[in-house]
Amino acid sequence: MDFELMANSFPKLLNATVITLKLLTVSLIIGLFIGLFFAILRLNKNIFINKFAYGYSYVFRGTPLLVQIFIIYFGLGQIEYLRSTFLWLVLKEPYWCAIIAFALNTGAYTSEILRSAFQTIKPGMIEAGKSLGISNKIIFYKIQIPIAIRQSLPAYGNEIILMMKGTSLASTVTLMDLTGVAKYIISTTFKPIEVFIVAGGIYLFMTFIIHNLIKFLEKKYSF
Amino acid sequence: MELLAFGDTGWGDELFRATLMTIAVSITAMFIGFFFALIFTPLKLSKIRFLNFIANSYTTIIRGVPELLVIYLFFFGGTGAVMFVASIFGYNEYIEINAFITGAFAIGIISGAYSTEVFRGAIQSIDKGQFEAASVLGLNKFGKFFKIILPQTLRLAIPNLSNVWQITLKDTSLISVTGLVEIMRQSYIAAGSTRDPLFFYSFAAVLYLLLTFLSMKLINKLEVRYSRGF
Repeated sequence: MDFELMANSFPKLLNATVITLKLLTVSLIIGLFIGLFFAILRLNKNIFINKFAYGYSYVFRGTPLLVQIFIIYFGLGQIEYLRSTFLWLVLKEPYWCAIIAFALNTGAYTSEILRSAFQTIKPGMIEAGKSLGISNKIIFYKIQIPIAIRQSLPAYGNEIILMMKGTSLASTVTLMDLTGVAKYIISTTFKPIEVFIVAGGIYLFMTFIIHNLIKFLEKKYSF
Repeated sequence: MELLAFGDTGWGDELFRATLMTIAVSITAMFIGFFFALIFTPLKLSKIRFLNFIANSYTTIIRGVPELLVIYLFFFGGTGAVMFVASIFGYNEYIEINAFITGAFAIGIISGAYSTEVFRGAIQSIDKGQFEAASVLGLNKFGKFFKIILPQTLRLAIPNLSNVWQITLKDTSLISVTGLVEIMRQSYIAAGSTRDPLFFYSFAAVLYLLLTFLSMKLINKLEVRYSRGF
């Protein structure tokens, strides 16, 4: 056991954790909006809109995240037309490509979580709102959305942890996130176990924090 | 379409072989996972706290650390570990472990953590009366487990195990970083030599979708089979 290496690599890995956290929060925020959007589409009665939303979540849940990142980072750059538009400013950056892939991926899972949450809302609650003379819009924002958020908290907590692990794939498109730096240190020192303990410890700590945060929120919003 | 031709001109046969490799690694990893689950599920359900602690550490660590990090640990550490064990037995030559074995083992350990949780949940959700009834019938420990508990556990576990299978199948794409030629690696090679990454990565996505779709169909059949009589 090389404790000196562990102590030396800790600040470097902690620095890289900042990138991991940035990737995670930005993609979760974008992914939440994508997920909400597609969950609402799934509840639509129009069969085409419904099928489109289902297809989106099916494709992104049925393929590995690695393929999605590679298509966006290596694949989209190949289209000449895209290179001439302003989108290229975003797509030439590995950072934004990774975020787009993560956001689309977590969006697909989030849409499933929110959809099932919307569907478990008892019709009586909506009817109660209607009988009080509240408009459909307010029923949606004041009744359906808060209940759906509470219902989906446990599943969404899992999704956050899965996404945090997913950000490690950013290292495959040259980003130096926690896993990227860990790999770099391993491949220069050939001490995989020591680096794994430190980097894995940081990941576990983040999992622990997220897990407890969600538990706290669940308690706070329980009814 | 000529990019996918079989033979020397296209990548069809290479990608076909790569798909078979993905299936082979996934199945091997799944079985290694079952093996781990077989060890750790009893530990989780054990009344001895130390054994609980070991099993909980295993599932918590594996499920809380990115798959890629675990794969790097095995990729860089696997050779060292095997050589260390070999050196105890007096063998000091360089040993290179096959990428297939390293990969299947790494993914297997990950898949095992998920399987353990599934089996634990399934066994715990079996009615207590079933255990008592088995004891009343005078069955011994093995008979009780294999004749009464296991068949019911399987029925409850199959839907969740199909999720584990999906995760395992998708995780195998990560082994491409170790150089094993499965779908992802082959697409990477093809994309590099034809300068057409969009096509090959999209095709890889289609292959994965096909695999998940077909395996779901198969698992649904299994589910029906094991639900007979309920």
